[in-house]
Amino acid sequence: MRSHEVRAIIGPNGAGKSSMLNVLNGVYRPQKGRIRFRDREFRNMVPHEAASMGIARTFQNIALFKGMTVLDNVMTGRNLKMRCSFVEQALWIGRARREEMVHRRAVEEIIDFLEIQHIRKTPVGRLPYGLQKRVELARALAAEPTLLLLDEPMAGMNLEEKQDMCRFILDVNDHYGTTLVLIEHDMGVVMDISQRVVVLDYGRKIADGTPEEIRGDEKVIAAYLGVAHA
Amino acid sequence: MLYREAGQFKSTYAQDQQIFPILQDRVAVAALLVVAFIVVPIVGDQYWLAALITPFLILSLAALGLNILTGYAGQLSLGAAAFMAIGAFMTYNAVLRIPGIPILAAFAIGGLCAAAVGIVFGLPSLRIKGLYLAVATLACQFFVLWALNRVGWFSNYSSSGVITAQQMSILGYPIATPAAKYLLTLSVVAVLALAAKNLMRSATGRAFMAVRDMDVAASVIGIPMMKTKLLAFAISSFYCGVAGALYAYCYLGTVEPEAFTLDLSFRVLFMIIIGGVGSILGSFLGAAFITLFPILLSVGSKWIETLLGIEMSHAVVSNTEAIIFGSLIILFLIVEPLGLARMWQVVKEKLRLWPFPH
Amino acid sequence: MTFFIEVLAGGLLAGVMYSLVALGFVLIYKASGVFNFAQGSMVFFAALTFVSLTERGWNVWLALAVTLIAMIIVGVAIERVVLRPLVNQPPITLLMATIGLTFVLEGLSQLMWGSQPHGLELGIPDVPMEWLAEKWNINISQFDLFAAAVAGVLVAVLALLFQKTRIGRALRAVADDHQAALAVGIPLQHIWAIVWATAGFVALVAGVMWGVRNGVQYALTFVALKALPVLILGGFESILGAIVGGLIIGATEKLAEVYVGPMVGGGIESWFAYVVALLFLLVRPEGLFGEKHIDRV
Repeated sequence: MRSHEVRAIIGPNGAGKSSMLNVLNGVYRPQKGRIRFRDREFRNMVPHEAASMGIARTFQNIALFKGMTVLDNVMTGRNLKMRCSFVEQALWIGRARREEMVHRRAVEEIIDFLEIQHIRKTPVGRLPYGLQKRVELARALAAEPTLLLLDEPMAGMNLEEKQDMCRFILDVNDHYGTTLVLIEHDMGVVMDISQRVVVLDYGRKIADGTPEEIRGDEKVIAAYLGVAHA
Repeated sequence: MLYREAGQFKSTYAQDQQIFPILQDRVAVAALLVVAFIVVPIVGDQYWLAALITPFLILSLAALGLNILTGYAGQLSLGAAAFMAIGAFMTYNAVLRIPGIPILAAFAIGGLCAAAVGIVFGLPSLRIKGLYLAVATLACQFFVLWALNRVGWFSNYSSSGVITAQQMSILGYPIATPAAKYLLTLSVVAVLALAAKNLMRSATGRAFMAVRDMDVAASVIGIPMMKTKLLAFAISSFYCGVAGALYAYCYLGTVEPEAFTLDLSFRVLFMIIIGGVGSILGSFLGAAFITLFPILLSVGSKWIETLLGIEMSHAVVSNTEAIIFGSLIILFLIVEPLGLARMWQVVKEKLRLWPFPH
Repeated sequence: MTFFIEVLAGGLLAGVMYSLVALGFVLIYKASGVFNFAQGSMVFFAALTFVSLTERGWNVWLALAVTLIAMIIVGVAIERVVLRPLVNQPPITLLMATIGLTFVLEGLSQLMWGSQPHGLELGIPDVPMEWLAEKWNINISQFDLFAAAVAGVLVAVLALLFQKTRIGRALRAVADDHQAALAVGIPLQHIWAIVWATAGFVALVAGVMWGVRNGVQYALTFVALKALPVLILGGFESILGAIVGGLIIGATEKLAEVYVGPMVGGGIESWFAYVVALLFLLVRPEGLFGEKHIDRV
């Protein structure tokens, strides 16, 4: 991955795309291979370590905290940056109060950016699917990540919602400079917004290049459409 | 009409995140506090204070503790009574062995010891969840009670097994009357409830709820599983410990393991189920319900006795109580799993529209 | 040495008793994914009903039959009134509902039949087997062996039911995936009614056995709690696990009480089984015969 780029991972169902992200996040442990991030090498990642290095993630099946409001969900994304101990929080004095307000401010900016102000006090369980996905993106952004892993951010959306999401994703890349990894099935989206694409099939990498190169690659076409047996 | 929030604008985030953002709520709570702190001790019947209101407050605190662990952090615990017992016994030992210690410090020591044990028995939560964790807490409940019974040090080698709680005094004033005990309990509970509310609406509370709702996502965000879960156990046990100390000192007057059986653990669990899991207010509502309910039932049964001219034995009444209790739990779980607290919220929402239906 | 064997045998046979109760749990968990905390109170209700009927002079077999019918009714009622409305709730809600159910059943039992303890006689005396006592100087109760035999027969019957019959297949399908079972036309409600009725029957057997051993009294309900460590050891979904788990728990508990107990003041039995279960959980959470739980992200 190069800094600031938008990289797509594509491949047929079951190819291992989500699993790869899970490995990067530390949810799965790989059987072999290494992860190299910036100057550090890892045999396997631990979720907490990944988060503190600035890797954030959205999930294929929404992993929002259903018992909390939108605002609270996004605020949890700031958790790593909060320094006050629980005693200070219980007493709600000086430092704890100020810290909460500072982070609230940062979160409100993200809420503004993703245009979800009107639902900030709504429990996420009540929101439609498209908005839930946006809230998940907000939560991932709240951590101010350097690398953002998006697992099918546009699944189940109609054309309008997809366009909105594309716009947000490109804005994130532009405005915050975040490097983006995107798992996506919609080829139009992939061709449009990604700078490089990697193709997986049966857990193996079968192609890697710009969208144009991938489009014409024989192996990729075979993986998706199958090969005619004479 | 009365409950409108029109005109109450919030111009800072701090205002937006107040505990009681609506003015009418603040007024009501202030009035409630005035009544609780000033009116009740003067006007209140001593018997009701000692037998009803003080235990209600104490059990609310225990319910609060359990709610923090089970309601907010999602770790099911059947051992609340064990932590109460630790709090009671360690407070007794603190007063006994540290001469001149202020009673509040002794309570704190009781709570801290309970917290320490809570952390130990909370360690399994790092590997197991749900029902399995409940079994671990059962192990805690039975083991702690056994240890308090068998290890003589806890009860100062008393031969009768029943220890009287020592006299309390604050700054030289003895705390012996029901009214005094009530005020002490009320103060402790009010302070701890406020602390709990603050804690639950800040980062710690959010971390707890994140672990409850989806722990994989929580760890991916960077919420440390071990620290969060153990902190939940520690805080919850602390609250239960202090509640246990209050239970022994301000209510029972004795310190004995038999007061803290599995039955009490279940009662506290019922309080948070009926009152509302994950709600501070719910802990109080649930405790009120479960404390009042037996009284209502015995009054009701006496009424039925005179009305129908029959004798209802004590056994019949207590069995009926059990049946109705159990049925209410089931009913609440079916109809309103979020308990009385949610029902109260619905009432308030209706109040905002009153007198219009919707 | 003979003392050790006696203690061990006593523990194993006590373990058989635990297994009988645990079987009821396994049945319901296997078929509906619900952990029925109220199983202990079902055992109590069954035992109390049976003993109260026989004490009123009813013929043993008639009392047995009537109690069985009562248990079936109770089981079906539970499924209908409590579980069906809670069908899609998280497991913790269902668990708490069954805790509430425990209270209802206990209150109901004592309301109907009173709360004095009852002794129960089945005609098999609780005396040592003579030839064992004479030959090897080991005292093992006749009744305990009878109970073990009964448990063995019950397990065999249940295992056959699950593995070989059509209904057994349907039960296993339902346990695996409700939706899929519905999709292939398995009548879910009937299946659950059958499961709860069977659990009621198992509760009756367990209740009668325990009743003879310890008398029918309120403390019987605590037996249910002891079944939890058994299930943890054996796995919540395994009939074989219930037996093996019960044997292990029974044996280790008895041995600990006799050999370790005196060193620490006795009374270990109240918590030993749970601590064993706890330690086991840390090492092998799914139990000896249970299925590993996989979370997909």
